[in-house]
Amino acid sequence: MTNHIDSVKTYAIVWISLLALTGLTTAVAFVDLGPFSVVVALSIAVVKMMLVALFFMHLRHSGKLTQLAMAGTILWLGFMVSFTLADVFTRGWLGVPGR
Amino acid sequence: MWIFLITEIMFFGGMFLAYIVYRALYPGTFAVTSSSLNVYIGAANTAVLLCSSFTMVLAVRSAQLGRQTALAVNIVLTLLLGLVFLGVKAFEWSEKFAEHHVPGTHFHFEGIANQGPAQLFFSLYFAMTGLHALHMVVGAGLMTWLLIWSLRGKFSAEYMTPVDIAGLYWHFVDIIWIFLFPLLYLIDRHLK
Amino acid sequence: MMATETENYLTAGYGLKSWLLTKDHKRIALLYLFTITLFFFIGGAFATLIRIELLTPQGDLVSSDTYNRLFTMHGITMIFFFLIPSIPATLGNFLIPMMIGARDLAFPRINLLSWYLLVVGGLFALFAMLAGGVDTGWTFYTPYSTTYSNSWVIATALGIFVAGFSSILTGLNFIVTIHRMRAPGMTWFRMPLFVWAHYATSVIQVLGTPVLAVTLILVLCERVFHIGIFDPALGGDPVLFQHLFWFYSHPAVYIMILPAMGVISELISTFSRKAIFGYHFVAGSSMAIAVFGFLVWGHHLFVSTQSVYAGMVFSFLSYAVAIPSAIKVFNWTATLYKGSISFETPMLYAFGFIGLFTIGGLTGLFVASLGIDVHVTDTYFVVAHFHYIMVGGAIMAFLGGLHFWWPKITGRMYPEGWAKLSAAVVFVGFNLTFFPQFILGYLGMPRRYHVYPPEFQVLHVMSTMGASVLAVGYLMPMIYLVWSYKYGPLAGDNPYHATGLEWRTSSPPPLHNFDELPVVTYGAYDYTTVPEEVTSVG
Repeated sequence: MTNHIDSVKTYAIVWISLLALTGLTTAVAFVDLGPFSVVVALSIAVVKMMLVALFFMHLRHSGKLTQLAMAGTILWLGFMVSFTLADVFTRGWLGVPGR
Repeated sequence: MWIFLITEIMFFGGMFLAYIVYRALYPGTFAVTSSSLNVYIGAANTAVLLCSSFTMVLAVRSAQLGRQTALAVNIVLTLLLGLVFLGVKAFEWSEKFAEHHVPGTHFHFEGIANQGPAQLFFSLYFAMTGLHALHMVVGAGLMTWLLIWSLRGKFSAEYMTPVDIAGLYWHFVDIIWIFLFPLLYLIDRHLK
Repeated sequence: MMATETENYLTAGYGLKSWLLTKDHKRIALLYLFTITLFFFIGGAFATLIRIELLTPQGDLVSSDTYNRLFTMHGITMIFFFLIPSIPATLGNFLIPMMIGARDLAFPRINLLSWYLLVVGGLFALFAMLAGGVDTGWTFYTPYSTTYSNSWVIATALGIFVAGFSSILTGLNFIVTIHRMRAPGMTWFRMPLFVWAHYATSVIQVLGTPVLAVTLILVLCERVFHIGIFDPALGGDPVLFQHLFWFYSHPAVYIMILPAMGVISELISTFSRKAIFGYHFVAGSSMAIAVFGFLVWGHHLFVSTQSVYAGMVFSFLSYAVAIPSAIKVFNWTATLYKGSISFETPMLYAFGFIGLFTIGGLTGLFVASLGIDVHVTDTYFVVAHFHYIMVGGAIMAFLGGLHFWWPKITGRMYPEGWAKLSAAVVFVGFNLTFFPQFILGYLGMPRRYHVYPPEFQVLHVMSTMGASVLAVGYLMPMIYLVWSYKYGPLAGDNPYHATGLEWRTSSPPPLHNFDELPVVTYGAYDYTTVPEEVTSVG
């Protein structure tokens, strides 16, 4: 399917990075960063996801269409989450319709 | 398979949405309930799954190079690591049963007045890790099937599509766990 | 060419096994046609009982509990087991490979699996209906569905869950097929608009249906394991269920209407003998509807305690999503202008569609407006709105398409006189059934109620009379289409002198669609490549 065959070394570096990031995120969880704890934890998770997707799933060697489709899906998830949160967080701002 | 993964992203996405909404509504309770999960076991299990992704991509590489023995070995390793993950998960669940943290009539979480949101956390915990575990079981089945085919010599450098596709599935299930771990286990650990 | 004398896909194998284990997309399309027709009649039976009950203001035919089950099961059957599969799984399955010059879909066995999943899901739902039914409304709102209802929620939800995978796999199959299997020279912008419509539909199916699936799972978890996610007693949010449910169910209505619009594009073009005006805009508007359709789901939650701020955003976006649909209607109208119009049966259905869809769509704007919706929500106004689109729109397009491609599918022509008559009967019956419902709703008649103030009875009686006429209009094609399969005159390859690769092969088509794969050198609606003949058929 893919014409590029990455080296074991490349995969190993990604693997070690993933393990290191897991350790990092666990350790950081014990530090009080206030509201940034969530941001840091999710950012690390996103980096790990990108590493797995780009290198292990060979997304960086895949066609533009596949890359676009995956990015689009994440965007769609974003729509679902952000619009729902827009409701949850703004209830009570403007009263109830019909009253 | 990529299109199928799109459906899987939206599928898990619904549960992630429920999680996000309730965490936003009950941050304090979620932090307390999250800390009742064993973070070291969770982290170790994460590492197990990451290693299995490593062996999986090595399996794909072996197939691309036509190396039959390496392919079989890597599939076996991936399968074993996946089963270890499931075993650890089962252990964690049994602990939760013993502590009465399973939602339902016997639920009780010490130290919280309003049991409702605490129960919500555990409902989501079991639903999400359960769905993930179900996908792992399917993955284990895929690995077994791949192993049988590879031992029969069905794969070569010219034909390794099933290995490739199974690999994509396996990595995807790993990515789900990459998000589940911090969201379920690492909420405000510093407060403990 | 005497089609039925040579080998074609219908003669390429006899016996039940050759049908139940087929990988031929054309046979699978017919399996689907048989299945959805069955479900249409089941859904119709529920509708009949509903309309009979509503003849009188008292709740005298059935109890309230039974009435709840009737409208729930009418909705579930019609939406999940008839409308969602209808055009894509029958006409789409049959025609898409042929329209792009391919021999079959990308994954023929998955196609067969899709059909089996629909059947299995349907059996679950049928079991639930026979065992006593569901009474939650097709929308399964919590906490009633999760905690308080004593009906067969689990079995029904499982049935819908399984059927959802049928939908997902069909969408997946179409996307890969359209991307990968077009004949040489068949560029994206030479594809018929029918194919574009199905591509957009498939994108919706793939992105949206999984969310319904996980929502149903959460409802099942709550009912079976008593893990409350939506239970207010635990701090859960029933409105969250509504968000999750409608995130799929609104795009679902576009799954139902986009293929219908694809059919209409083909019909309008053929029977005006003119290329569709603004081809690129129509193709683009299909994609735009698919995208925008995902951003409007909150308009079903206007009175649910959803925040007014969010409601305003959703209302605005709902107005925006009407624009691509309007673009289509304008382009179809422009196509008709100075076209060489003939009034065969499919064209009658197309005209019906344009009028009724426009009314339904415009009333959608009424309900998309926050202020008006507070007044008409959960009334018959909404019921009329969506029936105008689903029945006046989608089902008329389905019938139009079924008639149009019937000669291709069976090699036979249906009796034109009877067909025209039944189109007229459907049109009259439909309007008589549903137009009074707009008035009823505006005057305050609530939906899902079977007891109502006596002053509404006249309108209800009109509606029920209309429903009887409509039922006749639906039964007629059942009879004459089946009759024509055996006794209709042979149709020939291209009885309507239409463009499209499906018309350049025999009727019925050979097993592998084409004797030789075509090489395409012209656009989708190039009538210079088809023999010019303005006489009408039949």
